[in-house]
Amino acid sequence: MRITEAWRVALDALRANRLRSALTMLGVIIGVASVVLLVAIGTGTKQKVEQQVEGLGSNLLLVVPGRIEVGTAPVVSPLDLKDVDAVSRVVGDPGRVAITIASGATVRAGTRSDFTTVQGVLETTPAVFTRSLARGRYLTGADVDTSRRVAVLGASVARALFPDRDPLGQQLALAGVRFRVIGVFAPLGQSLGVDRDDEVHIPVTAAQRLWGTQRIDGIAVKAPDREQIDELGERIVAELSRRHPDTEFSAVTQQQILGVLGDILGVLTGVLAAIAGISLLVGGVGVSNIMLVSVRERTREIGLRKAVGARPRDIGVQFLLEAVLLTSLGGLTGMALGVGTALLVDAVSPIPAAITWWSLALAFGVSAAVGIVFGVVPAQRAGRLDPVVALRAE
Amino acid sequence: MSAAIPTQGRPVRALPAGVPAIEAVDVSRTYELDGVSVSALRGVSLTIAPGEYAAVIGPSGSGKSTLMHLLGGLDRPTGGRLVIGGRDVATLGAPELAALRNETIGFVFQAFHLLPRTSAVDNVALPLVYRGIGARQRRERAAAMLGRVGLGHRLDHRPNQLSGGEQQRVAIARALVTDPAVLLADEPTGNLDTATGEAVLELLERLNAESGVALVMVTHDQEVAARARRRIAVRDGLIRSDTAHDRPLSDGSGGPATLDGAPSAEPRSASGSGPGHPSGGSGGAAGATGRLPRQAPGGVA
Repeated sequence: MRITEAWRVALDALRANRLRSALTMLGVIIGVASVVLLVAIGTGTKQKVEQQVEGLGSNLLLVVPGRIEVGTAPVVSPLDLKDVDAVSRVVGDPGRVAITIASGATVRAGTRSDFTTVQGVLETTPAVFTRSLARGRYLTGADVDTSRRVAVLGASVARALFPDRDPLGQQLALAGVRFRVIGVFAPLGQSLGVDRDDEVHIPVTAAQRLWGTQRIDGIAVKAPDREQIDELGERIVAELSRRHPDTEFSAVTQQQILGVLGDILGVLTGVLAAIAGISLLVGGVGVSNIMLVSVRERTREIGLRKAVGARPRDIGVQFLLEAVLLTSLGGLTGMALGVGTALLVDAVSPIPAAITWWSLALAFGVSAAVGIVFGVVPAQRAGRLDPVVALRAE
Repeated sequence: MSAAIPTQGRPVRALPAGVPAIEAVDVSRTYELDGVSVSALRGVSLTIAPGEYAAVIGPSGSGKSTLMHLLGGLDRPTGGRLVIGGRDVATLGAPELAALRNETIGFVFQAFHLLPRTSAVDNVALPLVYRGIGARQRRERAAAMLGRVGLGHRLDHRPNQLSGGEQQRVAIARALVTDPAVLLADEPTGNLDTATGEAVLELLERLNAESGVALVMVTHDQEVAARARRRIAVRDGLIRSDTAHDRPLSDGSGGPATLDGAPSAEPRSASGSGPGHPSGGSGGAAGATGRLPRQAPGGVA
């Protein structure tokens, strides 16, 4: 029998039982669609996070107390501003060193209030982290040196506190202390569900006075070039370890962060895809089941075909193609559904989704393979039927 | 109607002169059912010559269906030698046996066995599909064959749009579209009323006469069997009698008595050199005359 003929016969068989074929396909459709969708979400999230980490600024080196390892407890920072001066001497350029001391706090302006993250920083932050302002100006060295009570708002905070006014020059209250708004950041958007525009920067000196502390949380350094970054990190860690022998320090680069995040998100994507794959497997079992029913139902047809000269292989191929057709059509429909849903999710929800060609090829290939794997047993059974017995079947 | 046809009817295909279409030598068939051996056939020898018209008759359980399955290559004997179309079945694998069926045998079943939701012409063309013939040629040959069975105007009708007699004609066309050497008909009139069955029998006999295909008809109906020129009576897995008749019996009730009384010692010689009837023209005419007396039972029923 010619293969085109076999395809036609398989298609006819599916058409003859439209509802059953559609329901059987539904299992595959849902499986493939969820694989495509979840892989798209995983990929989209990964891309976005990578973008944002890269957007922090290139050649970035983060120095924090403690180890950056899963399972280690956070360490109370022993660092203070004198350590920052020491690091600046190691780096050789204070303009490349940024710091932060952060705390959640409620900010008020008039009758409005917003709970946000308040960061005490140096004037170097925009240069190190590549931040730009939408309005006004950033903190200056003088602001830091004199503990001036001025603030730069993230876009979300500005919107929450001053929805119908220009925030510049307005007053806001932080733990009962008045600050004047001198600038507003350009929006950054969301990252992993976290609003990155939900922050307020004030001079680190003012923050320390506000919270009654001398410490800072961590230091960020922008290395002059990529080649020096590891060596610079070692020197900074060595200097800090000398100053604080009881504490361990870690320096991580952007690439390391990207690597760790990429690994985590890769695992996440894999887990999502595996869960979706289970539903594809269930769909495949459904196909197998329906094919067995189909073989039983058409036993007489099989007997007749054999009587007029169909070889076991002809019958087997016919039923195998039927199963493959079922899963392939389901796969294509599922792909369309998955892509459509992913685009919709990307467009209307904060969850990013990115369609990758390999995920489509994989989903389709897997669905066709599912047809083969789950069609083989029914097809073999059909091919091996004894024609005499088959012709007698009711 | 039949005058227009002879160009279609090839003589028996591809068999060298003198080679029987089917030859069975001491063939037996034993089934294993739950560890118990059941012998359906216990050593049957017979030869089907090209173009002959034979009836296999016997009560249910006699083994006649098993015999037909064996003769048609649907089943394999558990003992003896079975040669179909010059090929020993024992030497053939399942694919070769399927190809042999396709080339040599045409089946007509009691229950028609047409594919539902499939047009008459596509049903008839089905055996050609497994011969790897292209769609256009298949349709041409199937349409021509349907013309020969008088259904040239019903090409695209589905089985459920056809009467029982028409469905069986489609099945006959399907059996003959491959130009087989042997047409095996298993109770071809069993699901039809008397008049329709009669028409189907006439058609089978006409095709046997015209195209030279050997017609082997399995039946439990003495009247039907009486029309054949050779009657093979099967009982308890053995051939009880194998008799040739130059003319069909004119009296249906006389059939069985004659069959049982006939010498059954040499079934093979009765068939091998017996009255093979490649020259079917006169036989067809004889069949027509022999048919008349049997109007009576049909009328009673």
